[in-house]
Amino acid sequence: MTTTAPDVTKTPRKKRGGKVIGNTGLYIATGVAALLFLVPFYLIVRNALMTDPEITGEDWKWFPTDIQWGNITEPFNDETVDFGRALWNSWVVAVLHTSGILLICSLAGYGLARIPYRHANKVFYGVLVTLMIPTAVTFVPSFVLVSSLGWVDTYRGLIIPGLFSGFTCFLFRQYFLGFPKELEEAARVDGLSYWGAYWRVVVPNSLNFFAAMATITFISGWNSFLWPLVIGQDPSSWTIQVALSSYMTNQTVNYHLIFMATAISILPLLLVFLFLQRWLVQGIAQTGIKG
Amino acid sequence: MSTTTKLDLTDAAPAKPEKARPRRSLRANSTLNFWLFTSPFLIGLVIFVFVPMGWSIYLSFFEARFTVSPSEFIGLDNYKAILDNPDFTGSLVTFTVFAAFIVPTTWALSLGLALLVHRLTFMKAFFRSVFFIPTAVSYVAAALIWKMSIFNGVRFGLANTVIGWFGVENTAWLANPDPPWYWLVIVTLRLWLQAGFYMILFLAALQNIPAELYEAASIDGAKPGWQTFRYITLPQLRATSTAVILLLLIAAYQAFDEFWNLLGKATWGQPPLVELYKTALGESQDYGQGSAGAVILTVLILIITLFQGKIMGFGRGEESK
Repeated sequence: MTTTAPDVTKTPRKKRGGKVIGNTGLYIATGVAALLFLVPFYLIVRNALMTDPEITGEDWKWFPTDIQWGNITEPFNDETVDFGRALWNSWVVAVLHTSGILLICSLAGYGLARIPYRHANKVFYGVLVTLMIPTAVTFVPSFVLVSSLGWVDTYRGLIIPGLFSGFTCFLFRQYFLGFPKELEEAARVDGLSYWGAYWRVVVPNSLNFFAAMATITFISGWNSFLWPLVIGQDPSSWTIQVALSSYMTNQTVNYHLIFMATAISILPLLLVFLFLQRWLVQGIAQTGIKG
Repeated sequence: MSTTTKLDLTDAAPAKPEKARPRRSLRANSTLNFWLFTSPFLIGLVIFVFVPMGWSIYLSFFEARFTVSPSEFIGLDNYKAILDNPDFTGSLVTFTVFAAFIVPTTWALSLGLALLVHRLTFMKAFFRSVFFIPTAVSYVAAALIWKMSIFNGVRFGLANTVIGWFGVENTAWLANPDPPWYWLVIVTLRLWLQAGFYMILFLAALQNIPAELYEAASIDGAKPGWQTFRYITLPQLRATSTAVILLLLIAAYQAFDEFWNLLGKATWGQPPLVELYKTALGESQDYGQGSAGAVILTVLILIITLFQGKIMGFGRGEESK
């Protein structure tokens, strides 16, 4: 900012001044956008900690006059929806979904990327074809299959059909294609099998990518709605998203309870996000694409 | 065993099969390993993706109500019925309108955010997090906030409170298709949820643009700002833009959660998946017709994806990387 010194920089004074103004403008624009992005989060917290009369009151209040900490337990005591059970179901489904997908898809991705086989490309095209078909379009035929297996309302039905993600396999393949070959070759020369090289060399050196994929997969498992809605016909097999959705169709609207339940459903992921942010961003940037 | 024969180069004839044998066994070994690594995934893919698709195509030619086993062959009647159903064809129109709104707006917003964040000198990580964090929220939760707190049709909703400050009457955002304010609700929700994710892709791409390009441009007299953006940044982001647009289109096809939760019982603004859900799993439980709808939708998506890939040259950017 002290540009008046008679140095012979390439930047003339006018330009520097413009840069300061430009920077202020930049920060104002970014700040306003950031505030808009934070409003929905704020509303959840605000509504979750207010009383219903205050939420629906005539005058808009940015802050609760009296923070209702007691609201926290309310979703768990609610008779109409078994919120605790739904949380547990989501937890089980998301954890098994994530570990299953990581195992199955990383193996397949590695095989497709690194193990020489004459028809590997043809197999890969078979996987690519499934990428073109949005998974959501297949829910009718998948439901038909799963219900004829008798898996409706079961963890099996919730988890297993989702494990074979062409997209995750594709991402792992792309990642392994870029994995330094020398490391594996050294391991192979040392007498390790493909299997040994994979577990002892490739996986330990890919933990960043695995962590990023785990986070992304966990989030999509936790947040998925259509399939759990289709499969969870009995309320005891509802996941958290189906439970939240059911609040919206309930006849009595209990605002603070609904928002407290929403807050509780979002909190674990927010924490994961904040802590794994760096990995996640790197992982997404590394994969290039992810829908 | 093979090491000893390998050295024996004097006799060409027996050396040939001897040489080939270890290579063949190595190949057999890798073929076996290939299948060991990929078969858990491939078998699952066949059972849970290909078989249902095939079954669906088969089922779409049969009468199958309230049962998943076909009863009577009816040819193309299911196709005729679902194409005659104004709700289904209307849903295709809804999707088109939705995609026409959401794809360009998300593209522009996520690129805009990326350009902002990219230029920041301090608190960069903070702002990146703020825009990225909505990605963690589910469509159901977001729909809940949008429907019950922001675009609530009554006085205490945030949107109505804000427009109230300017003396504008309460608006029923979702309860009325005319004027179609519900589009504003749906588009803003999706923008909030997904813009941060695509921003990350753009940020990564922006970081990969070589600084020399900008230096060269400034020597050539290009003004920083619109000119460099138009002639350097935008062309350099081409591959990412293409991927983003394709992903946005695919994501738009999958739209279900927020429509279901925002407009569940409404008769307007229903995308194809909601209609399919209602046909196959709603009161009529018509799996035959639902399957026919799924087939039609899949074909449409394939055509559009291939077409779009062709014009935008999807994958071309990847090759050059």
